[in-house]
Amino acid sequence: MNLLNHTLKYLSIALLGILSVWAVLFYINMLDEVYDSLDDGLDNYKMLIVDKVREDPATLSRNTFGEGNYEIFEISEQEARKVRDVYQDTLMYMQNEKDLEPVRMLSTAFFQNGKHYELKIISSMVEEDDLIEDLFFALIWLYVALLASILLVNNLLLQKVWKPFYDILEQLKRFRLGKEQSFEPVETNVKEFRVLNETVGTLVNHAVDIYSSQKQFIENASHELQTPIAISMNKLELLAERNNLPESDMETVGQVIQTLERLTRLNKSLLLLSKIENRQFSDAENVSINLIVKDLAEEFADFAEFKDVTISVDEKADLHVLMNKDLAAILISNLLKNAIVHNTSPGKVDIEINPNSFKITNSSKAAALDPEKMFHRFHKGSNDKNNTGLGLAIVKAIVGFYGFEIRYWFDKEHVIEVFLMA
Amino acid sequence: MKILIIEDEKELSDVIRQSLEMEAFLVETAGDYRSALDKIISFDYDCILLDIMLPGGSGLSLLQELKSTGKSDNVIIISAKDSLDDKLAGLNLGADDYLTKPFHIAELTARVKSVLRRKSFQGKHLIEIANLTLDHEERTVVVDGNLLALNRKEFDILMYMILNKNRLVNKTSLAEHVWGDYMDDSDDYEFIYSQIKNLRKKLKENRAGIEIQAVYGIGYKLAQL
Repeated sequence: MNLLNHTLKYLSIALLGILSVWAVLFYINMLDEVYDSLDDGLDNYKMLIVDKVREDPATLSRNTFGEGNYEIFEISEQEARKVRDVYQDTLMYMQNEKDLEPVRMLSTAFFQNGKHYELKIISSMVEEDDLIEDLFFALIWLYVALLASILLVNNLLLQKVWKPFYDILEQLKRFRLGKEQSFEPVETNVKEFRVLNETVGTLVNHAVDIYSSQKQFIENASHELQTPIAISMNKLELLAERNNLPESDMETVGQVIQTLERLTRLNKSLLLLSKIENRQFSDAENVSINLIVKDLAEEFADFAEFKDVTISVDEKADLHVLMNKDLAAILISNLLKNAIVHNTSPGKVDIEINPNSFKITNSSKAAALDPEKMFHRFHKGSNDKNNTGLGLAIVKAIVGFYGFEIRYWFDKEHVIEVFLMA
Repeated sequence: MKILIIEDEKELSDVIRQSLEMEAFLVETAGDYRSALDKIISFDYDCILLDIMLPGGSGLSLLQELKSTGKSDNVIIISAKDSLDDKLAGLNLGADDYLTKPFHIAELTARVKSVLRRKSFQGKHLIEIANLTLDHEERTVVVDGNLLALNRKEFDILMYMILNKNRLVNKTSLAEHVWGDYMDDSDDYEFIYSQIKNLRKKLKENRAGIEIQAVYGIGYKLAQL
């Protein structure tokens, strides 16, 4: 639901309330006015009747409502004293409607020739239910007409008014950190939009600045770390070459070199992870997953053979995807490496390439993994010392970077499927 | 053979120099942009190891300078930056190779020797050692006139070991060189042992004058018998 229709939703609810309250007030007021006017009429009629009675006493014998809409009874003085002018609603049979209909009746008393008389005058009245019904329909039409016109105005006028806003929104949607692009301010005279322009512009520039300084920082950090590692490692290699160390010392030197290699891998993996998460792999090309899988299966062949693991590739489809080629290779090699390392001996790894996904299935000694935790950084499922604990985190980062989807399940074997297209 | 190391980190520069001197090369060093520029203008080197980040200027502008005098083809960039942009810029400026820090000594030796070989024996791609002749274009090995049948990995191992003859080769370095970058992280590289074993057997059966020796805890060494 877009902004314009969103306001319409609330407006329609508010209008319904306002119109309902207004209808009730209108109804009460109108009815009040109707009664007022009727009662004035009855009052006037009363005076006319009393005057008429004085001229024509024969009228005093009219004791049923007839065509004249009034009746007169003689009453005692005591009763007469109690009578006040009373206007009231009552029902009366109407010839035309053949039903009881509401009427307004004035009961009063007067004095004539030493006798007291009670006078009742009626006047036909509005039928409230009809009135309510008419009012109700009128209001519904008004409501619908209001909504329709608001919708129309919204879509024609407001859309024009909000255009700068949507332009800014469109730019923000297309904005990617790490791509060479700047924010183009939108032309507008509206103060709020100008403020939005400036704020978004500042924010974008700020983000770009931070991004580039962070990128710089990552590169510098890697430089700073890798040079000391290089010095230590190469010095140890030369030390080992001098040939005058006893075997046990050689072993220690070898172990330290291995530790430094591990540190190098960790550093490189962290760098890679930051680079992916900072979206520094912007160049994409049409990558053949089939080709990469086959190349990697070939690369890992010796390693798999050593582990007594058979790799099979089942190409059910030709899968191409637009992404960075290095990342594609890292994604698949990390999964493949895991599948070979965490396997039985003898064991197998099956790779299946489908029209929009690829699936890696491997036999394993380990039970089902926790799909929540397995992709976390430094989550170690095994105590393999060469495992940096970042392999699957890198996989997850690549999958997230491209909006792919990865699923893991366990069905006697570990299965990981990566969906490259929605 | 004269080699120039342009590297601001003195300890790294020293350790590279020591290693290259073990190969009997003549090695000079420069620690900053200014002295490096002086040296490359005044002298000719058979190979230049160039760091990109230098005090006083960028290694890439030194490379530009070398390119303008037609001497950039024997440059190996050694950089801590594993960034594709730098790599491409460096190679576009005519650098021969790009090595990311940290590297193994054996890998550097192999790369330096490849550059020197291309430079000194134009067109000739035969390496002779003891009674072996390697043709790295044809990827063949001949022992006493008999062709030695090696698979791709065995040839790569032998080539790498020969470039590092009499030197200690770390097994990780060997694995990364022969099996590629994707193999890092995978176990203790024990799997390379079976390939080495086959290669040793073939060398022995063919009475080759070289031998691949295991160095306990570290890796291997190729020795002439």
